[in-house]
Amino acid sequence: MSKLEQTAQKALGWVDDRFPLTSTWKAHVSEYYAPKNFNFWYFFGSLAMLVLVIQIVTGIFLTMNYKPDGNLIPGTNVSTAFMSVEYIMRDVAGGWIIRYMHSTGASMFFVVVYLHMFRGLIYGSYQKPRELIWVFGTLIFLCLMAEAFLGYLLPWGQMSFWGAAVIVNLFSSIPVIGPDLSELIRGDFVVSDVTLNRFFALHVIAVPLVLLALVVAHLVALHEVGSNNPDGVEIKKLKDPKTGIPLDGIPFHPYYTVKDIFGVAVFLVVFSLIVFFLPEMGGYFLEHPNFDPADPLKTPAHIAPVWYFTPFYAILRAVPSFLGTQVWGVLAMGAAVVLIAFLPWLDRSPVKSIRYRSPIFKWVLVAFVTAFIGLGILGALPSTNTRTIVAQILSVVYFAFFLGMPWYSKLGTPKAVPERVTDTNLGRQVRFVALFALTIVLATTFAMVI
Amino acid sequence: MKQNMKKWLSVLLLAAAPLVAHASEAGVHLDRAPVNLRDAESLQRGAQTFANYCLSCHGAAAMRYNRLQDLGLTEAQIQANLMFASEKVGEPMRVAMQAADGKAWFGATPPDLSLIARSRGADWLYTYLRTFYRDESRPTGWNNLVFPSVGMPHVLWELQGQQVPVIKTVKNHETGKEEHHISLKLEKPGLLTRVAENGSFDQADYDKRVGDLVNYLVYLGEPAKVKREQIGYAVLLFLLFILVPISYFLKKEYWRDIH
Repeated sequence: MSKLEQTAQKALGWVDDRFPLTSTWKAHVSEYYAPKNFNFWYFFGSLAMLVLVIQIVTGIFLTMNYKPDGNLIPGTNVSTAFMSVEYIMRDVAGGWIIRYMHSTGASMFFVVVYLHMFRGLIYGSYQKPRELIWVFGTLIFLCLMAEAFLGYLLPWGQMSFWGAAVIVNLFSSIPVIGPDLSELIRGDFVVSDVTLNRFFALHVIAVPLVLLALVVAHLVALHEVGSNNPDGVEIKKLKDPKTGIPLDGIPFHPYYTVKDIFGVAVFLVVFSLIVFFLPEMGGYFLEHPNFDPADPLKTPAHIAPVWYFTPFYAILRAVPSFLGTQVWGVLAMGAAVVLIAFLPWLDRSPVKSIRYRSPIFKWVLVAFVTAFIGLGILGALPSTNTRTIVAQILSVVYFAFFLGMPWYSKLGTPKAVPERVTDTNLGRQVRFVALFALTIVLATTFAMVI
Repeated sequence: MKQNMKKWLSVLLLAAAPLVAHASEAGVHLDRAPVNLRDAESLQRGAQTFANYCLSCHGAAAMRYNRLQDLGLTEAQIQANLMFASEKVGEPMRVAMQAADGKAWFGATPPDLSLIARSRGADWLYTYLRTFYRDESRPTGWNNLVFPSVGMPHVLWELQGQQVPVIKTVKNHETGKEEHHISLKLEKPGLLTRVAENGSFDQADYDKRVGDLVNYLVYLGEPAKVKREQIGYAVLLFLLFILVPISYFLKKEYWRDIH
């Protein structure tokens, strides 16, 4: 051992006597045993982490130049906040890349998280003993929605302003406390500079703090029980008698760290394509009307939320008002999110993975994904009578997926689950991709053709 | 597992398909604007038209004059040809008019044009600037096909000349209702109208002038766009030919003993 290594060893020993550095590294990274059969769907957890870091780092640099001031610059009809975003885009060195990374990151966060949640759905990753991981995950998703909503107000464009106005107004439909509650959120009778300032504070510090804490809880809970896998086999059941290491487990580092680096590289290709060539993504990542400065006197003809909220927005619009109040749509939208957290207790299937579940579940899942994507498309379009009816049907499918689960998840006979994890099977993957494509075609047909 | 990259990509592309599908706007057909941000001469001509005709009422407060060096102009050229008020070359393209005055004169404050191409789209602008027509019922005497009852008069009328509406009533065979189709006819030639020997008008020069202006407005909406794409190609080359293959083979190497 060289002198340098000896010194390093000594320093590490000094730290380890005072702080669990080596043991934490081992428990969570180098001796955390993950199943060796992770597939495509298992990239999205680490990718979500990557996007979180991108959002925090770009967010810090944006904060250095952004001004949360909704008041008009004297003699003009443009606000300081709106102009400060353009200042970042034009005058700040590298400002445009920071801003586009942040705006693209917001949408890609949802892409990655939706795929991550879908993974949990198909492989039963929320089932016992991973209920708390799933609950923390749902809370992360909730935080993410809040974070995206709050952040969208900051550019102070037309969609920022009117989107916030519409959503905050939803709260006023709640009986008794509604009007006061929405006033409390806005800090004013209408969305104003006061609202912008408090949304800024919540967006840059309050929600990110909660988000980070939840991410830690999500990971600690995961590492306590161990990762699920595409076969839904508990790898901890079969351990090497000598070492105590799961037979199907491999250390997270270096195996999954190098694998995730590859995932990151592929993700960055997609991410860069958007940042450098399609930052507006045809008006879906950055909406065209949001390049008009906020004007409280001019309501846009069509107020559409950003794409990641549209499934829930479609549910909101699909529920008719009765008993003289519109609160039911708001409740339905809230329930659509909250129900996700209850999946571990709704699912009564004896097996975890879709590979061994009865075919009934597969078709229910096709219906659910179709409904979700279909609602997403409908939520972005202005509503018509036919579209409302389609949205109502798809909303029923959405809720039936959750509420019917205790019943249909017990139907049919599951296949035998193997003792050990299995290799990837090309035929299965082709079938899977075919089903996935089918849901997208179905959803598009439902939402667009009708 | 790794051989299935193509399949993953197709899944990603499929998932993204509904996002890039354009919702087409109802109403008037929009002509395609001839946008080419690498055509410096077109951009310079557009900047000239912008300074001469637009800047008196509209500002471009997010744009500094000296940024126009992007278009191959020197600061001296910018100052001599494009700046009419006694401003400094590092200042933004402000409008001398007060927002409140604009509202009093035109019924609405003329919008700042810094981002107009990003909110309206180039095709909309290109069609809008070519479809003004005489309408004595309007306070300014002008109306527009894509922006009915617009507050702005036809500022470029000397160049284009005067168009008048030709209303054709057509019976829609599907609905059985009568529909009015407005088309425009050039009645009086403008400075950019070419008159053929048989007396017919050719508006190609005017269309070109508006095309240059719209091209400039697109540049104005995002001056860094050309640079963004240039950097983008470099980044993609790095990712596709260095990072992706290296990380792929690194993973393969590490996983060699895992079965």
